[in-house]
Amino acid sequence: MKVLVCVKQTFDTEAKIEIKDGKIADAGINLIINPYDEVAVEGGIQLKEKGVATEVVVLAAGSDKAMDAIRTALAMGADRGILVKQDTAADEFARAVVLAAAIKAENPDLVLAGHVAADDGSSQVPTRIAEILGLPHINVITSIEIAGGKATCSSEADGGTQVTEVSMPAVISSQVSWNEPRYPSMKGIMQAKKKPVATVDAVAADSKVKIVDLSLPAAKQAGIKIDDDPDVAAAKLSEWMLNTVKVEIKK
Amino acid sequence: MAGTWIVVEQRDGNIRKVSYEMISEAKKIGDEVVAVVFGKGVEGQAAEYAKYGADKVCVVEDDVFANYNTGAFVAQMVAMIKEYSPNAVLFAHTFNGRDFASRLAQKLEQGLATDAIAIQLSAGKGIFTRSIYAGKALAKVEVTGSPVLATVRPGVCEVVPGAAAGAVFKPAIAATAADVYQTVKSFVPTVSARPELTEAAVVVSGGRGCKGPDGIKIVEQLADLLGAALGGSRASIDSGWLGHELQVGQTGKVVNPNLYVACGISGAIQHLAGMSSSKYIAAVNTDTEAPIFNVSDFGVVGDLFKVVPMLVDNLKK
Repeated sequence: MKVLVCVKQTFDTEAKIEIKDGKIADAGINLIINPYDEVAVEGGIQLKEKGVATEVVVLAAGSDKAMDAIRTALAMGADRGILVKQDTAADEFARAVVLAAAIKAENPDLVLAGHVAADDGSSQVPTRIAEILGLPHINVITSIEIAGGKATCSSEADGGTQVTEVSMPAVISSQVSWNEPRYPSMKGIMQAKKKPVATVDAVAADSKVKIVDLSLPAAKQAGIKIDDDPDVAAAKLSEWMLNTVKVEIKK
Repeated sequence: MAGTWIVVEQRDGNIRKVSYEMISEAKKIGDEVVAVVFGKGVEGQAAEYAKYGADKVCVVEDDVFANYNTGAFVAQMVAMIKEYSPNAVLFAHTFNGRDFASRLAQKLEQGLATDAIAIQLSAGKGIFTRSIYAGKALAKVEVTGSPVLATVRPGVCEVVPGAAAGAVFKPAIAATAADVYQTVKSFVPTVSARPELTEAAVVVSGGRGCKGPDGIKIVEQLADLLGAALGGSRASIDSGWLGHELQVGQTGKVVNPNLYVACGISGAIQHLAGMSSSKYIAAVNTDTEAPIFNVSDFGVVGDLFKVVPMLVDNLKK
């Protein structure tokens, strides 16, 4: 069984966001694999270690910089990579079209991806890829079992846990609580340098959504700060909650 | 324009609050508001949607819609869009809503604004405000199409009662069992007397300073006294004190309650991203330099093991 994992390169989640010339400034920002995609990479590697998958291919669309994200996934244990050169400003539609075309050429049995990217927060691309490829999709998974040509997954649904079964091939997208991604070992990092990565051009796809304005949220101001005996502080905090916030107390 | 359609969310007859939020928000736009409810035996809900301003209620009833499934819902929606040409279709940004909207948008080869926190609609065009980098920045995006498509974040729009006719109409059913390609084997609701994190008016969270399950218990007592949802920072989730579904921050949930109480949370940038838009923020932390105090309306430098039980006693008085 061939597994293909889509990864997006994103800003480190510790990055401070600034806007320069109407764009999000990327100077000096540390780039990482989107944490949700990193979990998908780990999930794919674990399927190979269990003997369920025979090959794990990593796919990224982006600039040359995204090669680092692919190399990291290869160092974790993926077998080979594909980088599709695409403008990082492409919207969800354009990215899905480009990724789906590359996936189709690989014809995998299972497509894994993070359910959301930590940068745009859109949660659209895996679902769109599934639609383009005419495949079923299970979202926000926290576990997977593969047997008899079917994938059965637990998902973190709103207000509960849902177990869903689909026929393979399928697109499955991960929640961060699925697993704990490994750190690449020194040996893995060395091996990754020799693993093949193909670079291909993106198919034509125009973005549909236009960003018309970027801004930073109004900085929240610090208010009252009390450094006093706990009973004094607790009484004042209680008063503030009741009189300013007007909380309701459940008796 | 031919109406703003709101795809409401309900499970087993329980209507989610976000449904009313979206109807109330759509009402402000001025176009006809149509609540679209999929399900089995859901016609009786029409009166509920009418209370918040639904001029019409599109009742989509069939066995195939008893539970959400992507294939049948999308096939049906495509047929209804063709039949009725709504100007905009808004979904809730929930587990099912974002799947439905993303799949529909791709089928129609259109753009989609997900997780919108502010909505402006005109004929064939929508301008939606989205928070990006988990709230560290805001983007206004323009989505065109027929219809304009978006998902709306739960908890940001105000519920405004305002009676409307709520006239029921039933579209032709275009989807069949053959459209279903997922099997939902089970749905186990999270057993909790507390409200859902993203829908709660008050959220009380515990972090590293809780030091373990005993500290979390103290935080829970405050949460329950305030009828609040319980949340946590990454430290308390990674330590296994709380489940991941309760994580607030960049790789967890973004919340915007009326009051957020951070107990023993230092305020790493990933956590601040998930809660800074709360209306009021209170924090209890031993470290006077903790970044959480920079965003707190009311900060207490102190030990949560002492301050929080005393706070609970004071609030009970």
